[in-house]
Amino acid sequence: MGVLRSGMRPLSSLILSNIVRYALLIIGGVICFVPLGWMLSTSLKMPGTEFIFPPNLIPRPVVWSNYIDAVTRPGHPFFLYTRNSVVITFLATLGTVLTSSFVAFGFARIRFRGRDFWFIVLLSTLMLPDVVRLIPSFILFKLLGWIDTLLPLIVPFWFGVNAFYVFLIRQYFRTIPLELDEAALMDGAAYVRIYWQVILPISGPVLGAVTIFSVLSHWNDFLGPLIYTNSVDLRTLALGLRFFMSRTGTDWNQLMAASILMLAPILVLFFSMQRYFIRGIHMTGFGGR
Amino acid sequence: MAIIRSMLGSRTQLRRDFLGYMFIAPWLVGFILFTAGPMVGLVYLAFTRYPVLSPPTFNGLDNLDRMLGDRFFTISLWNTAYFTFLGVPAQVVWALMLALLLNMRVHGVNVFRTLYYLPTIIPGVASVFLWMYIFNPDYGLANYILSLFGVPGQAWLWDPELSKPSLIIMELWRVGTMMVVFLAGLQGVPQSLYDAAAIDGAGRFAQFRHVTVPLITPLIFFNLVVGIISSFQIFTAAYIATQGGPVHTTLFYVLFVYRHAFENLRMGYASLLAWVLFFIILVFTIVQFRMARIWVFYEVE
Repeated sequence: MGVLRSGMRPLSSLILSNIVRYALLIIGGVICFVPLGWMLSTSLKMPGTEFIFPPNLIPRPVVWSNYIDAVTRPGHPFFLYTRNSVVITFLATLGTVLTSSFVAFGFARIRFRGRDFWFIVLLSTLMLPDVVRLIPSFILFKLLGWIDTLLPLIVPFWFGVNAFYVFLIRQYFRTIPLELDEAALMDGAAYVRIYWQVILPISGPVLGAVTIFSVLSHWNDFLGPLIYTNSVDLRTLALGLRFFMSRTGTDWNQLMAASILMLAPILVLFFSMQRYFIRGIHMTGFGGR
Repeated sequence: MAIIRSMLGSRTQLRRDFLGYMFIAPWLVGFILFTAGPMVGLVYLAFTRYPVLSPPTFNGLDNLDRMLGDRFFTISLWNTAYFTFLGVPAQVVWALMLALLLNMRVHGVNVFRTLYYLPTIIPGVASVFLWMYIFNPDYGLANYILSLFGVPGQAWLWDPELSKPSLIIMELWRVGTMMVVFLAGLQGVPQSLYDAAAIDGAGRFAQFRHVTVPLITPLIFFNLVVGIISSFQIFTAAYIATQGGPVHTTLFYVLFVYRHAFENLRMGYASLLAWVLFFIILVFTIVQFRMARIWVFYEVE
């Protein structure tokens, strides 16, 4: 229909309107890209030249040493920070995907008494601001002796605490025909098998979307590690970045290089799973925070 | 027979109940341990003095008393309200504009979709540092761009007048989630409606005003609600970039709570403050849902 409409208009006005469209798209693109380009450019500048005003938009000369300096800073074990971030992100995401889908299976496919009530309770936790959970959780973890360990950043996610993911997966599970699991009187083990061998394998899109949301949120989390850990050995990348800044001055080149290194795996994930991601958002009509 | 059948029926139901609770057990346990339990604890703590190192002692309404006389409570509320009520509408408008651009039918629009979304996946901390550098009064990119237009340089985050607007600009850069939500909605508007409007002589703007906007009001509403809830909780930017300054102009509510809880070790007082934020968010969400009945248009009713 759109083709028909534009087909009726003269060619010259079609070309003109396309030029306007591209011009607008490019203006928006420049606004989105300039800060990122600035980050990249700063990370490649010779130390010292980042303080020049007016600034050079293109680094001259291009140096890579900032990246090496950033990961070998004395007293700031970059690779250890990376390992901590990887461990937390991996274990928390694994727990999130497994338990959210397990719980979602119950809500989506078994008609038990009290189901609607608990589902509403689940949804209402979406409205709870994190800060309300923060203080009592801190006290709980303190009682458990978990402060200054990585446990508070991992264990809660093995209990399906993120209602949004449970909701997302449940919506998807409900689109799968029920015949499979209602056919016979079965015991619990059979149900678990259906969840594991029938439902999960055909739920790639939604599990992919949840994986991306979860990886992003754990990799980028700042407040959690800030509150629950103290030791240098337990710092995550998000926390570690802060120590490029000091009262005596900031190594902007190194800071930007470290930021790019932190961003790189996320970019790879984003580009390789972009399809799932977009579909995940379309599935519910909205995305995660 | 009938009795046996009804017993059988109830046995099936019992089995379903058992299976259902077996599956939701992880969440149920987590909910009690990490949400419900802590929240009940938080109610109690709000009425105590709790310096963390020693156990909480009940002190009645002392915390409430303290809050009502606390100048910084008012300041942090004002700062948060300013940031939210200027920032979130700006984000919604900007995200909608970007989504409209991305909804145009031109070749290669997918490349732009990725590009526009990219800032949103940047780690929050990295984004804050990047903008601190951009806003640097002496050698930042922002002042360079101003200088191209002959505008004198600003102190941005370090200027009490500009600190909050600077943070709003920073957040505007990362509206990707809102934008994708709008884009999904725009793609759901049937072309036939535009064609019908065009036949009636509606121009581009009239089509936008009378076809597009009414159909995406549910998404505007959703973005406003979610945007306000998350904007009330701004923390990282203020904690890292401005530490609440200059002259308390970026002392936002969660930073204020954080300082009392984890720096001054006044957990009791901080618990009350956390509850107050919860009620503020709850009230705003309810008010928005009430107002939605007037302006949000649902197709199926």
